Amino acid sequence: MKILVCISKAPDTTAKISFKDSNRKFEEAGVQWIINPYDEWYALVKAIELKEQDANNTIHLITVGGVDCEPIIRKALALGGDEAIRINVDSDDSYCIAAQIAEVAKNGNYDLVLTGKETIDYNSSSIGGMLSELLDMPYISLATRLEIEGNTAKVSREIDGGEETAEVTLPLVVSCQKGVAEQRIPNMRGIMAARTKPLKVSEPITINALTSIVSFDLPPAKANVKLVAADNVAELARLLHEEAKAF
Amino acid sequence: MSVLIIIDQTDNQIKKSSFEALTYGVSVANQLGTNADALVLGTVNDNLPELGKYGIKKVYTISNTKLNVVDAQVYAAAIATATNETGANVLIFSHNQTGKAVAARVSAKLQAGIVTGACALPDTTNGFVVKKTVFSGKAFANVSINTPIKIIAINPNSFYTSFTDGTAEVSELNITVGLPKVRVIDVNKISGEVPLTEADIVVSGGRGLKGPENWGILLDLAKELGAATACSRPVGDAHWRPHHEHVGQTGVQIAPNLYIAIGISGAIQHLAGVNRSKVIVVINKDPEAPFFKAADYGIVGDAFEVLPQLTEAIKKIKASA
Ligand SMILES: Cc1cc2nc3c(=O)[nH]c(=O)nc-3n(C[C@H](O)[C@H](O)[C@H](O)COP(=O)(O)OP(=O)(O)OC[C@H]3O[C@@H](n4cnc5c(N)ncnc54)[C@H](O)[C@@H]3O)c2cc1C
Ligand SMILES: Nc1ncnc2c1ncn2[C@@H]1O[C@H](COP(=O)(O)O)[C@@H](O)[C@H]1O
Repeated sequence: MKILVCISKAPDTTAKISFKDSNRKFEEAGVQWIINPYDEWYALVKAIELKEQDANNTIHLITVGGVDCEPIIRKALALGGDEAIRINVDSDDSYCIAAQIAEVAKNGNYDLVLTGKETIDYNSSSIGGMLSELLDMPYISLATRLEIEGNTAKVSREIDGGEETAEVTLPLVVSCQKGVAEQRIPNMRGIMAARTKPLKVSEPITINALTSIVSFDLPPAKANVKLVAADNVAELARLLHEEAKAF
Repeated sequence: MSVLIIIDQTDNQIKKSSFEALTYGVSVANQLGTNADALVLGTVNDNLPELGKYGIKKVYTISNTKLNVVDAQVYAAAIATATNETGANVLIFSHNQTGKAVAARVSAKLQAGIVTGACALPDTTNGFVVKKTVFSGKAFANVSINTPIKIIAINPNSFYTSFTDGTAEVSELNITVGLPKVRVIDVNKISGEVPLTEADIVVSGGRGLKGPENWGILLDLAKELGAATACSRPVGDAHWRPHHEHVGQTGVQIAPNLYIAIGISGAIQHLAGVNRSKVIVVINKDPEAPFFKAADYGIVGDAFEVLPQLTEAIKKIKASA
């Protein structure tokens, strides 16, 4: 089975969020980049688990982004990918990114395409759906469990107030979240091996963006917390009822 | 030209998030000087003409029971066809589980720009710009949609529903529904509990509660408030609570009217999942806990003493109301 895992870079979860160029660009100075947690912990680790179950499975990684994505994709290779491709273009339009990935995937005969449930910077939850449409494959979003038997996937996904389990014949696109796999730490052997694994760089195809980011805003600062003394708990209930009208 | 609001259902009942989408979609239509219609997929028990009270003119239906289960591929095809048949140029989804499965697929199919996680009405003074939450609620992006057909998926719990009266005309669309490739074999709903992402009030516990055996006082408070329950990541990881309750950057993201955090320090990754809540209450014995900086109300105190008193006080207020 051939597996394609979509890897995005993301700012470290503790990064300070600020903007520059009159609020038109994210301030990247001082920001540590990590593999988007959903892509690493769930999508990639699931692919590695599947390869551990069957050594014939191959894992290809793809990232769409500039040269600053290379440390991220190398780290992903260290965790366990077989080879990687970087499409050399920076875009903030989900469709542009999805179309670049689809172009590669179309010719790759992948049985399984895995994404994270969302990137922790743009929070779009869009690439997986777009990719599945462009590849004309079924799509399972927000997966919480994924098992493969032969050419059938058994997968659970989050639905409103619960979980739904379904069977789907491959090929299939799945967006992964908590539950699909358990987070791992790359070991020394993987890091050494990653240095010799192929990382191909391709130029993008021309795609017209459907959207563009005009500007960013930060939320207004919160007013100070209203503290209620621990021996006056009833006052908190009163404030929540009368002032905040919260119940 | 019209606005088409995609209605989502669970167990043949229209979801609360769809009523929010109706209100939002009608506002968009008013702004654009056009009319808003709804599209109901599958069969629902709701009274459809009554949806007119939200201000929509028509309810289009595709009453095919195959659509009672969400298969993204089948849904996207049906919605794209309905868009073309009704001549809609703005589609509204809720950015809930169904929206996340389907909306982006429709976007790719129709080559229509999409903004997911929208948190305000579009700004149409210069183009069509929609504000959305980014960086897990720590910032907003204003995104311009540059295509003739525009898709907006709104954050659940970000818009109040409002309605007056009026009836809508119901008309069935004659659309062929594809064969689902996804075969659902099991649905597991946590019965009797309020689903976390739709809850008005969420009561949440962290490591400060010390162990699963202590959750009783939290559950009592939640029950009194009719609230859903949540937890911090370490609590989910340690299996003190089921993993689907974990909120935060890597867990569920919520925006209830009231979020009560008990024994949670307020790490940035936790805040990323809850900072869109309208009112945040923090109960923590450490006055330096970072969560107090993000809170509207707080008590510095021991949860084991504060919680039972809070439940009692709320019970009294409710009894006298
Ligand atoms: C990449 C990444 C992603 C993450 N994603 C998430 C996420 O999605 N969600 C999440 O929650 N975390 C996440 N975390 C973990 C996060 O950084 C914190 O470690 C976690 O939120 C802490 O959980 P906690 O507040 O329950 O525990 P602690 O930090 O241990 O805090 C316990 C709190 O309880 C208080 N307390 C103790 N006893 C009492 C008492 N008797 N009464 C009242 N208060 C008391 C203490 O003062 C303390 O503030 C993530 C971390 C990383 C690195
Ligand atoms: N630039 C990118 N390159 C490769 N994969 C990406 C990229 N951006 C997003 N993805 C994948 O798509 C998923 C969803 O991203 P998004 O739709 O942006 O929230 C991520 O978790 C990644 O798996």
